[in-house]
Amino acid sequence: MSDYITTIGLEFHAEMKTKTKIFCSCPTDFAAAPNTHVCPVCLGLPGVLPVLNKHAVELAVKAGLALNCQISEYSKFDRKNYFYPDLPKGYQVTQFPLPICKNGWLEIEDAAGQAKKVRINRIHMEEDAGKLVHSGDNIGNSDYSLPDYNRAAVPLIEIVTEPDISSADEAKAFGEKLKLTLEYAGVSDVRMEQGSLRCDVNISIRARESDPLGVKVEIKNLNSFRAVHRAICYEEMRQAEALEYGEKLIQETRLWNDALGETRPMRSKEDSHDYRYFPEPDLPPVIVSPEWVREIAATMPEMPDQRVNRLRSELGLSDYDSAQLVAVPALALLFDEAVGLGAEPKMCANWLLGDVARLLNPDQPLPFTAADFAALLDEVKSGAINNNSGKEVLAEMFATGGKPADIIAARGFAQISDSSFLEEAVAKIIAANPQPVADFKGGKQAAIGFLIGQVMKETKGQANPNMVREFMLKALSE
Amino acid sequence: MSENKIITAADVEYVAKLANLRFDEAEKAETAVKLGAILEYMQQLNAIDVTGVAATTHVLELTNVFREDAVGESLSNSSALANAPDKDGAYFKVPKII
Repeated sequence: MSDYITTIGLEFHAEMKTKTKIFCSCPTDFAAAPNTHVCPVCLGLPGVLPVLNKHAVELAVKAGLALNCQISEYSKFDRKNYFYPDLPKGYQVTQFPLPICKNGWLEIEDAAGQAKKVRINRIHMEEDAGKLVHSGDNIGNSDYSLPDYNRAAVPLIEIVTEPDISSADEAKAFGEKLKLTLEYAGVSDVRMEQGSLRCDVNISIRARESDPLGVKVEIKNLNSFRAVHRAICYEEMRQAEALEYGEKLIQETRLWNDALGETRPMRSKEDSHDYRYFPEPDLPPVIVSPEWVREIAATMPEMPDQRVNRLRSELGLSDYDSAQLVAVPALALLFDEAVGLGAEPKMCANWLLGDVARLLNPDQPLPFTAADFAALLDEVKSGAINNNSGKEVLAEMFATGGKPADIIAARGFAQISDSSFLEEAVAKIIAANPQPVADFKGGKQAAIGFLIGQVMKETKGQANPNMVREFMLKALSE
Repeated sequence: MSENKIITAADVEYVAKLANLRFDEAEKAETAVKLGAILEYMQQLNAIDVTGVAATTHVLELTNVFREDAVGESLSNSSALANAPDKDGAYFKVPKII
């Protein structure tokens, strides 16, 4: 099979982190009993007036700033008309010709490790649809469906890239970078498994750069970036095979089936994609003045690339450690706080990327404060407890949220640094192990490791190992 | 009502389908004439020179009508479902979709 050139554009829907819906005061929490976060406005009852959530506008602008977009001074809402029961009104309020943000970009690394800018066409605000529970396994074999409108009108941004992505790897890298960027910007929870971040793929292939773009296929139902990657690889293969065998590809929407590892044509929810957009008469236009943009820009936190640069150049972490820390916002934020409280950056990074990363539950808030964590590192660094005890204290902090000092006292982890006690322990081990002592004196340097190990065992690992070594060398040279 | 060709019966059929409406043949023909007359009337606007006039996106002089992001009261589940033609437990119930 010959090599084809792949062209990919991505569309993301991110639920914004507001307390209330976009046009009414119903709450947006994820887990609520069905149809309890609903009101006349979001149910589309007659005679109601939607009013725009100001914070949703601010978050959309933040997303635009984080993704290097132009912020539109003038934007407005439109109605996108189609009948589908997840939409109580028969139309979705969205932004069509005048979106709030446009012409942005986000940088990723291409296969050669070179920086590549993927352009962002637009970001617009819109309302989410409700959720449907089907009576059968899927919509096609269901006799009826059960809408839950709690999610209807939760504020969304839709982010649309230009078709600048040329492989599954790049698509995955872009998705992960975008997710991280929205998370740091505080725009969205970006929980793909809960649907607060969703990604659709538009993909076509062609034989040569000089050919026109191939027939575009849209892939939906992608619940992770792993699924995005797999679906693109599958679709590249399917389309290439079709072209090789002279089959005609059709422009269509296909659904990814993660269990089967394949895409299948979606039965259309509307015969025609004629949405008859028209201006939303109930919502006046939105003016985002340059002053307002400046105010919002002043609240922007540090973005992922800036963070990596700072950890590398100001705090001396390696490229790898910096990138690993920044990839997990909970760790990166804990790092900043702990270092701010005096923790040594390299040591702090090692603990975070090792034991903390292993114990961290991404769905739960940290059970301890940055001050507790910094105090633990200080206990280890000062030699008050040894490294292994430190790990146990950390595990207990995760389990109980206890203070390190209390855990150390309760578990008797305090490291023994009492000179006379340690000298006595060293003398006892030397007396009990004449053979290794003779070996060491005969030039076998490694024998000291055994002797030190015996002291550590005798003291249940609580002896200060540096002091034990020092006393052991002194005693053996006498 | 004058005969005109701005809107054909096929146009009516297409738009009716998008709007979830059903017309018989006589209604289609009649609606084509009625819709055509409306569009014909609107065509008078084409005579106006709008060079340099920004497109109207909203008829009111209002901008930036916002609410603060504060949680208010929602309907109870039973009130929400009170007018539903059909329901199932806490859910609305809708007929087969596709």
